[in-house]
Amino acid sequence: MVDFGGWDMPVQYSGIVDEHNTVRTAVGLFDVSHMGEIEIRGPEALKLVEHVSTNAASKLAIGQAHYSGLLYEHGGFVDDILVHKVADDSYFLCVNASNQDKDFEHIRAHNKFDCEVEFASPRYAQIAIQGPKAIDVAAKLTAVDLNAIRYYWFADGEFAGVPARIARTGYTGEDGFEVYVAPEAAVAVWNAIMEAGTPFGIKPCGLGARNTLRLEAAMSLYGHEIGASITPFDAKLGWIVKMDKGDFVGRDALVKQRERGLTRALAGFEMRGRGIARDGYEVTIDGAAAGWVTSGSPAPTLSRNIGLCYLPVDRARVGEKIGILIRNQTVEAEVVPTPFYRRSK
Amino acid sequence: MSYPENYRYTKEHEWVSLADGIATIGITHHAQEELGDIVYVDLPKAGTAVEKSKTFGSVESVKAVSDIYAPVSGEVTEANELLAASPEKLNEDPHGAAWLIRVKVSNPDEFSHLMPAAEYQTYVGAES
Repeated sequence: MVDFGGWDMPVQYSGIVDEHNTVRTAVGLFDVSHMGEIEIRGPEALKLVEHVSTNAASKLAIGQAHYSGLLYEHGGFVDDILVHKVADDSYFLCVNASNQDKDFEHIRAHNKFDCEVEFASPRYAQIAIQGPKAIDVAAKLTAVDLNAIRYYWFADGEFAGVPARIARTGYTGEDGFEVYVAPEAAVAVWNAIMEAGTPFGIKPCGLGARNTLRLEAAMSLYGHEIGASITPFDAKLGWIVKMDKGDFVGRDALVKQRERGLTRALAGFEMRGRGIARDGYEVTIDGAAAGWVTSGSPAPTLSRNIGLCYLPVDRARVGEKIGILIRNQTVEAEVVPTPFYRRSK
Repeated sequence: MSYPENYRYTKEHEWVSLADGIATIGITHHAQEELGDIVYVDLPKAGTAVEKSKTFGSVESVKAVSDIYAPVSGEVTEANELLAASPEKLNEDPHGAAWLIRVKVSNPDEFSHLMPAAEYQTYVGAES
């Protein structure tokens, strides 16, 4: 167990590689109860969500979710979040554990719409069932028609005998569900899923596999690819920013950034020489400092050493030869397309 | 897991055996277990000088990099070639085939100051 922002979190159970492969080929179970939840309710809930987040919440149907950003006025990330539309006057936000307090304060500070903003984390535990067999396992525990829940949609219903929010979302690059239940029910729900999953080879998975899985899928992690000094455009997340939806916090800064032009961009790379890039390592081009590694790891599914890094925008091109400074030695790497891994549909 | 009686151990979880002035150095079962799946081992070449308590190489698991400290001082005579191609052997046989380096020791007294097996076992028992 490691301390993760005040939570005792398992890094691994049977081993990172074993857990990783289990999620890619069968099904894995993650306790992600540390994630935060914030609820926004009221007649003008949509206006507040639109005002504080970058994606177009007005486009969401009831029962639909999307990935979005909360930005500071200067355009950097407060957090990256999932927005779920529960009802016309009710939105459910899933946020990062380590950011939940500042997210809540940030949203409250911009609440000029008289909405009810609730710090709802104490009311939810979250369990993620991920992998190609996730739907088979989950289907044994609920009468909700899971096939009818499309990717990035959700339904409320009974799951393992308790009220739950069942979202077809995840952070692994695989199909799967993130199930929100009351904390009192979490242990029983976890055990029920493990039992239902036994015929499918289910295994509990820790933070280590969660990181290698999301990295192969090139999904951002706050504090690594994104942060307070990084804008969505830097992080290749322009697709979660809807500049034409009207004003939102951070929009002016993004307009200015676009006028000035980007200076850096996130890029995926593969090691060509022997060595593993790690978070924070320096990236060089032609021997000169050019950027930094945001995440780096062996990729168990690909049997290659991969990473994400920031580079000058004109060098963040597929095929660019870069160097990674590993213990004072430059090791060759090359910019490659992302995601590194994409599941076959 | 048993820790060989004829080895000595460090608080940083290296082991060392000594025969004819040549020390064989590795990491302990406890260390490999803590690290998890080992995917890369970085070792010095023959001829490199190592100094007690100074880092001489690193072992990487999927999750992280860990420095390896020299339990004794001397000159590297051999690095285990097995580990370049098969780093996972460190998870399988840390006290045997997956030794890291051999060192011609410059001060044999350093060996006797390290922890015997029973003391190390108590130490890792207390740590975990």
